[in-house]
Amino acid sequence: MFDRRLLQHFDWVLLGLTFALGGIGILTLYSAATANVDVAEVKGLVYLKQSYWLAIGTAVMILLVVFNYRWLNRLALPIYWCSIGLLIAVLFMGKEVSGSQRWLVLGPISFQPSELVKITLAIILARYFSNHASEKGFSLKELWKPLIWTLIPFALIVKQPDLGTSLIVLLIAASVTIFVKIGRRSLLCLTVAGIAGSLVAWFFLKGYQKQRILAFLDPQRDPLGAGYHIIQSKIAVGSGLLFGKGFLKGTQNALSFLPEQHTDFIFSVLAEEWGFLGSAVVVILYLLVVMWGLSIAIRSKEPFGTILAVGVTSMIFWQAFINMGMVLALLPVVGVPLPLISYGGSSVLATMVAIGILLNISMRRFLFKE
Amino acid sequence: MDSYLDTVDSDWYRQRASGALICVLAAFFILLVRLYYLQIIEGDEFRRLSENNCARLQGIPPARGLIFDRNGVLMVENRPCFNVSIVPGEAKDSKRVVFKLAELLGVAPESLFTKLIEARRVPSFKPILLRRDVSRDAVAIIEAHKLDLPGVLITVDPMRHYIEGSRGSHLIGYLSEISSEELKSGCFPDNRVGDFVGKFGVEKAYEPYLHGKRGKQQIEVNALGQITRVLKTEEAVSGKNIYLTLDVGLQRKAEALLAGKVGTAVAMDPSNGHILAMASSPAFDPNAFVEGMTYDSWNDLTSNQFRPMENKAIQGQYPPGSIYKIVTAMAGLEEGVITEQTRIFCPGYYRYGDRTFRCWKRGGHGFMNVIDALAQSCDVFFYQVGEKLGVDRLAKYAKACGLGSPTGIVLDREARGLVPTSRWKLSRLGMLWQGGETLSVAIGQGFNLVTPIQMLSLISAVANGGTRYKPLVVRRIESSDGSLVKEQVPVPIGRLPASEKTLQIIMKGLLNAVNKPTGTGWNAHIPGVNVAGKTGTAQVVGMEEDNEKKSVESQRLDFRDHSWFISFAPAEDPRIAVTVLVEHGGHGSRTAAPLSREMIKAYLKNDLELASSSAEFDLALAQLE
Repeated sequence: MFDRRLLQHFDWVLLGLTFALGGIGILTLYSAATANVDVAEVKGLVYLKQSYWLAIGTAVMILLVVFNYRWLNRLALPIYWCSIGLLIAVLFMGKEVSGSQRWLVLGPISFQPSELVKITLAIILARYFSNHASEKGFSLKELWKPLIWTLIPFALIVKQPDLGTSLIVLLIAASVTIFVKIGRRSLLCLTVAGIAGSLVAWFFLKGYQKQRILAFLDPQRDPLGAGYHIIQSKIAVGSGLLFGKGFLKGTQNALSFLPEQHTDFIFSVLAEEWGFLGSAVVVILYLLVVMWGLSIAIRSKEPFGTILAVGVTSMIFWQAFINMGMVLALLPVVGVPLPLISYGGSSVLATMVAIGILLNISMRRFLFKE
Repeated sequence: MDSYLDTVDSDWYRQRASGALICVLAAFFILLVRLYYLQIIEGDEFRRLSENNCARLQGIPPARGLIFDRNGVLMVENRPCFNVSIVPGEAKDSKRVVFKLAELLGVAPESLFTKLIEARRVPSFKPILLRRDVSRDAVAIIEAHKLDLPGVLITVDPMRHYIEGSRGSHLIGYLSEISSEELKSGCFPDNRVGDFVGKFGVEKAYEPYLHGKRGKQQIEVNALGQITRVLKTEEAVSGKNIYLTLDVGLQRKAEALLAGKVGTAVAMDPSNGHILAMASSPAFDPNAFVEGMTYDSWNDLTSNQFRPMENKAIQGQYPPGSIYKIVTAMAGLEEGVITEQTRIFCPGYYRYGDRTFRCWKRGGHGFMNVIDALAQSCDVFFYQVGEKLGVDRLAKYAKACGLGSPTGIVLDREARGLVPTSRWKLSRLGMLWQGGETLSVAIGQGFNLVTPIQMLSLISAVANGGTRYKPLVVRRIESSDGSLVKEQVPVPIGRLPASEKTLQIIMKGLLNAVNKPTGTGWNAHIPGVNVAGKTGTAQVVGMEEDNEKKSVESQRLDFRDHSWFISFAPAEDPRIAVTVLVEHGGHGSRTAAPLSREMIKAYLKNDLELASSSAEFDLALAQLE
């Protein structure tokens, strides 16, 4: 089953980009944790833990590369329902951390099933769309299955509540659907339904979630609460200037002005210390990963591979774009981690799985069906 | 294997992908433009903002809830206190500044330097507390030399103040700086290093109510670290105010009566379990904990042989002595071992096997029934009741009266006492129960241990007709604007194992003990009030011949008996029950009984005056007519 040609076609570029981003993440976390004595003592050595997670992620990634990704096509349904089962389990026996129930605890490890669901959703959508694709695009009648597959995890993640991840789930599904083409009228219907849905949802949002969105629209409205994060983040990023203040020299970070500085706002620590040059390098690295993912998609010779590659690439794209957009005060503050750089085992692992799938599709691009 | 229909070719996907690529490029281009705008175009402005550190987030400590007595007399408040801190990052040369500061304050520079060294790992932009609670004069001096003291901050923080010092200190408790273990425990999510939290008494038990919620303030500071502008304030939420069940007048009386003695005096309203007074002597001054205690004064407090930090009312465990005869009488009557009419002859001793058990009255009491035996505390009568009951039946009643287990008062470190049984002795000491030990237990000696609060709860239940209430220390909790948060209702925790008739018999015995000159509690009688009570004299060492012959004063202090008195009044409508225990106070009738009398008199004083004045009024009315 394992072909020597596979190694020849191994995608070293993508692997290199991944490790570059992971390495930048560890450096930035080191700075975020050590500059602030109080936080370092409480949080432990986050950068060390992050390196362990990257190592575990690499192992998982290698494991994924060995098996032909087409197995994912066959097993799409069971894998999907297993991940939904885990999401339901979180609702009943998940660990609650600061108001939301997102973690499943297995011995010493806690894990967020919502991170896994993003990938299993991409798999099941790739299976469905690759079986039914046509150039005229999908009509509403053909879309009810994908719609239900998307709305189940969406609703479960909203319930936790985790607005950021549920948004990513929607965006992955939308990206894949638009990629395989959707009829113009169907698109219109879904858009209208979406807008109506979000208007209704506004009434169900928790107070702090509404606050964040309102604060984004008008940061001065509540400079100490939700708006405070945005203002402080802008000061941190802006004060980096062209070359940055230098490694470990960020003052906004040290003063613990930054909220969630090692998770959602890690990019502002980086931008402050490395300036425009450093931040632009990171933005471009993400751009390269996404472009590389798209090129893998079109180089794959069969629709399942193409659509799956688009799905996981869109996951990385949306997380990177929304996270950086939030730190730069372009988008409201929703809790979305920056792939490979933000601290968090589940997020790192999910991104590595996504990269593993891309590597898998990439190295089997010349192999036709056995 | 795959059943896909090859309806679309890869060129079509290539087309779709280039559409996606355009969107992606556009999105990342927006990010780059935004970065350029923030860091290059607007960058200098943001750099200025970050360098001046002008925006700073400061916590506002919430005002802790006040503590009042049951009638609204303020007992614990918060007073403003001036604290001097330094921000090393702003002081530039902190050594010079600290020397200057020490000179101005007239203190040894070392005392300030140790604080600086302790905090050397704290980031240099964070204030380090150098001296707490400086005088107003010192504040004026520092303000005058402000320019010589860059980085020095004076903050006004609320400080806990116990208005009458040690008044009710064991019940109210004290505050102290939060420990790192408490911070790590996660029970204090709103607290941080340097905060004060309740460590003992009501301050600890009601910490969640008293604490309030921290506020925050965004301020702008100048290069000297002084506040130039308050940008936005989110007010702190004050803690809840607590109304104790304590009557501060009665508390004062109790503490005055105990002055110079070692022991405790506790009073309860028998109808609901409210603790009206809880004095434990010697006491401590909780202000010392807040103001910062030196190592020596802490050592003095903890090594003092009279244990000032111990709340003797709930932590002290003592042999009950004769007050236990109430339990023995109750068990005897309920089990049918004796009746009201049973008469036993007391020749002054009782022979059991080859041992002789003495009555405290050498010449003997003659014929006694249960009422006389309670009133005159005849040991021989109760030796025989105990013998007939056996230790385990007696223990069953003692436990049902609440002995041997905590009463459940919210104050922590409550002791449970000990009700001995034959099984307990076998498992604990590995020895069989001896029949003679039952006799000792029946009169409250031997292995028995009780706490004063247990005996108070017991006597209150006797007073109110048999209902045992959980002792309560807080009546109501109000928010700072006066609205009701919680009203404490009485909590019944059980009934005495006694019929109404049994309780009436015991009541008669207790009334005779106080109101007949032959009774042991005669020293507690108050003309015009029906006081019911029972004395107890708990032996600390065995009844040795020579010890007995000596007068109390000539005995070694720590060999003297503990003096107990439990009582309630008025018997027909009990409003107060009192337990007094004086360690090594000698006979219960001599030391503890008069103290109880004075407390009951003080508490019922208003009633007594009202009664006499209304009698006078009636008399005047009669004369008019």
